Amino acid sequence: MDVGLVGQHLMNGLMLGMMYALVAVGFTLFFGVMDIINFAHGDVLMVGAFVGLATYLGLTFVGIENPWVLLLAMIAFATCTVAALGALIARFLVLPLKNAPPLNTLLITLMLGTALHEGVRLFYPRGANPQHFPSLLPSTDYAFGNFTLRVDSVMLLVAGMAAIVGLHLLINRTKLGLAIRAVAQDEDTAKTMGINFTLIVLVTFAIGSALAAFAGILHGLYYSEINFAMGLLLGVIGFSAAIVGGLGNIYGAIIGGFLFAGLQTISVVALPFASAYKDVFAFGVVILIMAWRPTGLIREKVSERV
Amino acid sequence: MSTLRATQGALAVAAAAAIVVGLGTGLSPASAKEKVTVGFIGPLSGGTSSNGLGGRNAADLAVQLRNADPDAKYEYELLVQDDECKPNIGVQAATKYGANKDVIAATTHYCSAVAISTVDVYHKFGLPIIVWGAVLPDITYGNDYKEVHRVNGTMINQNATAAEFMTGLGYKTWAIIHDTTDYGKGHNKYFSENLAKNGGEILGTFGVTADQQDFSAELTKIKALNPEVLYFGGLTPIGVRIRAQMEKLGLDAQFEGTSGIVSDTFIEGTGDLAEGVLAFREGAPTEKLPGGQFFLEQYAKQGYSEPPEAYGAFAFTAMNLILDTIEAVGPDRKKVRDALNNVSGANAADSITGKVDFDDHGQNTIAVITKYVIQDGEWTIWEESEYAAGKRKLKGM
Repeated sequence: MDVGLVGQHLMNGLMLGMMYALVAVGFTLFFGVMDIINFAHGDVLMVGAFVGLATYLGLTFVGIENPWVLLLAMIAFATCTVAALGALIARFLVLPLKNAPPLNTLLITLMLGTALHEGVRLFYPRGANPQHFPSLLPSTDYAFGNFTLRVDSVMLLVAGMAAIVGLHLLINRTKLGLAIRAVAQDEDTAKTMGINFTLIVLVTFAIGSALAAFAGILHGLYYSEINFAMGLLLGVIGFSAAIVGGLGNIYGAIIGGFLFAGLQTISVVALPFASAYKDVFAFGVVILIMAWRPTGLIREKVSERV
Repeated sequence: MSTLRATQGALAVAAAAAIVVGLGTGLSPASAKEKVTVGFIGPLSGGTSSNGLGGRNAADLAVQLRNADPDAKYEYELLVQDDECKPNIGVQAATKYGANKDVIAATTHYCSAVAISTVDVYHKFGLPIIVWGAVLPDITYGNDYKEVHRVNGTMINQNATAAEFMTGLGYKTWAIIHDTTDYGKGHNKYFSENLAKNGGEILGTFGVTADQQDFSAELTKIKALNPEVLYFGGLTPIGVRIRAQMEKLGLDAQFEGTSGIVSDTFIEGTGDLAEGVLAFREGAPTEKLPGGQFFLEQYAKQGYSEPPEAYGAFAFTAMNLILDTIEAVGPDRKKVRDALNNVSGANAADSITGKVDFDDHGQNTIAVITKYVIQDGEWTIWEESEYAAGKRKLKGM
């Protein structure tokens, strides 16, 4: 295989891995502070993408055409709206069930996810159809043999990395991050130290959901298309990536995301069977990894959750 | 035992009736024509009922026109049943006609799932039928039943036309992406077979799941194969994704789809990238059919309250062919069945939808397939497009 193709596959894998990592980080954040699995996370991402698209359509309707203004407005509006949605989920679905069995929370978020994507399907205009997502980034490309490097893909990759680095700094370098880590580590001690537990949970859900909205917009810009069902598989893959990396560990989630994308790409490129089996292959390897290291690749250190 | 007796009884009654009728006509040649019963089954209620009602009206029109014809030997009566587009209801309806020996032949089914589940019934009762709408190949090709015929095309005809047309344009190499449902696999199978017949070469085939989002790995592999055309066998949602992602990877092949993407949704989802996409679909807009104008005029004259819809013309053709055959060989199921199987080659029949030429499975091989290209955000019939006129060029041409 020539170098150009290897480069192209690498780039594809990186983009895919970035999407998965952004979703997985959300799962891991929620698990860190509340010990819950939020199965609505993939659908929250989808809502973010649709809010972004609706913002774009609204702004172009009133005559705004500058792509950068549109892009910034989309990101700002979608992340804020979805952050609020995340906080609402935490306030009205997750916190009330704090002392219920974890299965109840899992079930309630699963149902919420269904409600979200069915809601978009039914109430967004022509929501059952695939929606064309605008290309707002420069579409210049450079061809090196079989490798087409698109400026917009590079920008998306950089934006995704920036979001992850930003999250890392927020968690490790700010007072808010310290509070989140404290709650993750020991809720009761954190409370006695004067940390507002409820507020921290709401903020964490807002951050994780905003990250999902951001990923949703990246998804739309990268694929030029969004649809109401896009969150389903992304949710399952993001969750698996978080588990493989070590649930509760942000770096594990990132590694898990890229690992999953790598497995999918390799199965199409290198294995002889039909690409329809790429999910089977990737999930199969995940099962093996789970059997080998039940707590994930990066073992959870209780003192360093989140 | 009781069934056998009932059948024998029915046969005896039928024989007696035939003798009486025969005597009757023999004794008084000037009396009214002999009555012959024919059947129609389609979805008259439920989600696809607009097509079913259009088909029923068209079949009724064929009977009305024949009864108005002074040269017709028989007077026809049309029985109508609703299959609700549900296989179990369809089987009940089929059994009812099969057991009713008065019904000589029938025009049946719009829904593939219903049609495929009723073919055994028609065979068991020896009732000749002509399918007027369902497109699943197995309805005619999945069995050796001499009773089953079909006037409209299947995905086989669609792909035969597609392969012939594309190689005719001068394209030589293809890559195929199909979804792994029966629908996508069928398209892959029939397109590949027909492409081989026409000398096209397939460089790679990729089966994908029907809910897949990311196709970059498959498309990168395809890019390395450098085909002239990317053939896609599947439905609109992943068709939209594949078309959009081709562009991202700089894969500059002509995109060719199936009837599964012929919808406005495909154009809305792909935006500007839709331009120049090709697809093929069974049937033609009724007004474009050889006898389309005649059919629409007669249909309007009868004053039906529902439009004939896309497949009404096929229902008319199917019923007309049955009536022609009964006129020729008399109201006898076996004779009608054999005569219908003889409608091939030199005996091919003319109809408003074009020639009807059954192969040895009872499938019309000259089924009308319409070629479409997207031009300025609209599905345009190829022959009427600027691409056919040479004003615009497809990729690689």
